[in-house]
Amino acid sequence: MTDAAELRRRTRELLAAYPPAGTDRLDFLRARFDAGLAWVHYPEGLGGLGAPRSLQTVVDAELEAAGAPDNDPRRIGIGLGMAAPTILKYGTEEQKRRYLRPLWVGEEVWCQLFSEPGAGSDLAALGTRGVREGDQWVVNGQKVWTSSAHLARWAILIARTDPDVPKHAGITYFICDMTDPGVEVRPLRQITGEAEFNEVFLTDVRIPDSRRLGEVGDGWRVAQTTLNNERVAIGGMRLPREGGMIGPVSKTWRERPELRTHDLHQRLLKLWVESEVSRLTAERLRQQLVAGQPGPEGAGMKLAFARLNQEISGLEVELLGEEGLLYDDWTMRRPELVDFTGREAGYRYLRSKGNSIEGGTSEVLLNIIAERVLGLPAEPRTDKDVAWKDLAR
Amino acid sequence: MTDLLYSEEEEALRAAVRDLLADHCDAPGVIARTESDAPHDLAAWKALVDGMGLAGLLVPEAQGGQGVTHREVAVVLEELGRAVAPVPYLASAVVATEALLECGDEDLLGRLASGRDIGVLAVGLHRAPGTAFPAVRLEGGALHGELTGIADAAVADVLLVPAEDGGLYAVEAADATVIPQVSLDLTRPLATVTLDGARGRPLGDAGPAVRRALRAGAGLLASEQLGLAEWTLTQTVRYLKERKQFNRPVGGFQALKHRLAQLWLEVASLRAAARNAADALATGEDTDLAVAVAQAYASPVAVHAAEEALQLHAGIGMTWEHPVHLYLKRAKADSIAYGTAGAHRGAVGELVDLQAP
Repeated sequence: MTDAAELRRRTRELLAAYPPAGTDRLDFLRARFDAGLAWVHYPEGLGGLGAPRSLQTVVDAELEAAGAPDNDPRRIGIGLGMAAPTILKYGTEEQKRRYLRPLWVGEEVWCQLFSEPGAGSDLAALGTRGVREGDQWVVNGQKVWTSSAHLARWAILIARTDPDVPKHAGITYFICDMTDPGVEVRPLRQITGEAEFNEVFLTDVRIPDSRRLGEVGDGWRVAQTTLNNERVAIGGMRLPREGGMIGPVSKTWRERPELRTHDLHQRLLKLWVESEVSRLTAERLRQQLVAGQPGPEGAGMKLAFARLNQEISGLEVELLGEEGLLYDDWTMRRPELVDFTGREAGYRYLRSKGNSIEGGTSEVLLNIIAERVLGLPAEPRTDKDVAWKDLAR
Repeated sequence: MTDLLYSEEEEALRAAVRDLLADHCDAPGVIARTESDAPHDLAAWKALVDGMGLAGLLVPEAQGGQGVTHREVAVVLEELGRAVAPVPYLASAVVATEALLECGDEDLLGRLASGRDIGVLAVGLHRAPGTAFPAVRLEGGALHGELTGIADAAVADVLLVPAEDGGLYAVEAADATVIPQVSLDLTRPLATVTLDGARGRPLGDAGPAVRRALRAGAGLLASEQLGLAEWTLTQTVRYLKERKQFNRPVGGFQALKHRLAQLWLEVASLRAAARNAADALATGEDTDLAVAVAQAYASPVAVHAAEEALQLHAGIGMTWEHPVHLYLKRAKADSIAYGTAGAHRGAVGELVDLQAP
């Protein structure tokens, strides 16, 4: 059993062998991966030591204190949070060895080719086709809302490989090479003026069968691992008081008394209280996870934050009065990182409109809570026994 | 960091209180009692305080109590809220007890902690912590005046009465005239207290004692509101799984599912806020803010939960026979008790420097 003391010892060994000050960043990260200190709960040989996940903080604290470089987790969030756990669970030994190390180090960025123009909330209805030709799959279709597609080396992709069976049964999960000549990435400009996301057009993209994850036709089950990990990532954050969207508007309120009105004061206080309660709810969820009793609150946190972000940023634009009529910059840009609370109030207001859509709409999340937490009856399913090709569209 | 979970001991306490209330406080019994001369359930109270010693949780062992913290009291209140139990627990074991702890009155603390006597602070239920409260006249060592809106005064053995000299006085209920008021909340009825030359024993300064008592009352009321909201949500979900219209359980309609899911999120959030307030009262850290946040959040959630329960039970929920009205009346009265949500939001604004225009 690898305990905290052992991890500390191994971390110090790594630091002694590769002093951060005199070591190339990538070399250090590769050495850290090889020492099993990347994600300690992963198996040995794959960046981990099979240790409890909670002990990662021991390693991180040692490395931070020593000024070691990190792998810039926000830049490679999709790889770390979604692709890696799926590869770990469903990948072959060869796939795990090939993909996980450069993924974690950040040499290879990943993106996710799931949503389509015709398959949003009903993701399982997706229509990107994968047709087998010998030991290859030929893929055609269009994906949308893909962050990092223009930076990515690899993508996790789900495609329709059997249109003659009901929709959940005919999907297969692949690893797609984003440098394939059939892959075309176009920026998707959104209401903020910038393009965080992309559209991805797939035309006769040839994927070797060795890049399939899981069994043919089992892609929906494999995708659940990806999607569940997306929600875990959203629920596990720890914020200080006024750490989210309520921070900037509270600051403006304190610094600019001339903007204050009675109506705005009442609304601000209500939102401040709700933000603080949401922060406490997220903290309670985190304490439950640490205590090994995960609660269902995670499903609700995204709902709460989406609504609060939207209401708070809307209030902030109003508070600013004449300045609220202005916008900082409509120039089309492709930012590397998503920052909900960045830039000015107008940007925050527009960007947060996506919070109740991305990663599951608020309406779908309410269904999930009602059915999985409260046990209320599921929606009547008219599509369950119908072949995908016969669905209404 | 604040501990927002429940310990094993706290869960055991919850189970014991829930069992006891299942035996004593079933809904038809509570409804029948509200129309009798004795709306309070003193048999249930006796079981809670004699059998389980719950009246003295906040009182140190040296003074005859259990010497535990507000965290345990909060768990008891969650269960009392679930049952809308008509017992003077919040009034006597929390609010009056906190006032006496501030004054350091050993004799009365012992009487209340044992559950032998019920104590009530003679301050209107609607008063928020830190705000002004009426006091009676002190003439020649005797107390004169009328105080209204005093919760649970009808069953008090001793009243803690603020007087105009700034002191808090203990008055035996036998020396006062207590007249029940027809109250919105059938299970926490109010009364007027009239003193006509009653003798009072000085306990200490009323200001700090009342402030401390009302702060604890406001903070722990959030746990009672949590229990109430949780009961209404659970019962409504259960009912909507059973109730069929249009050849389906009505709980399968998305319009209703979304409302219940939204309510679940509010109740889950209230749990975090209420635990935070109980923990802050226990540790004394950041207590004013934790209490104000909890009470600013709890009242709208409890009222929303009870109102949704009534609407989603529909016709049956509108009857006197079904208990949901007891919860609605309690929730609405609680939204005024110990200060409205608006009053507590105002307190938050002061505490975190978000000042009014």
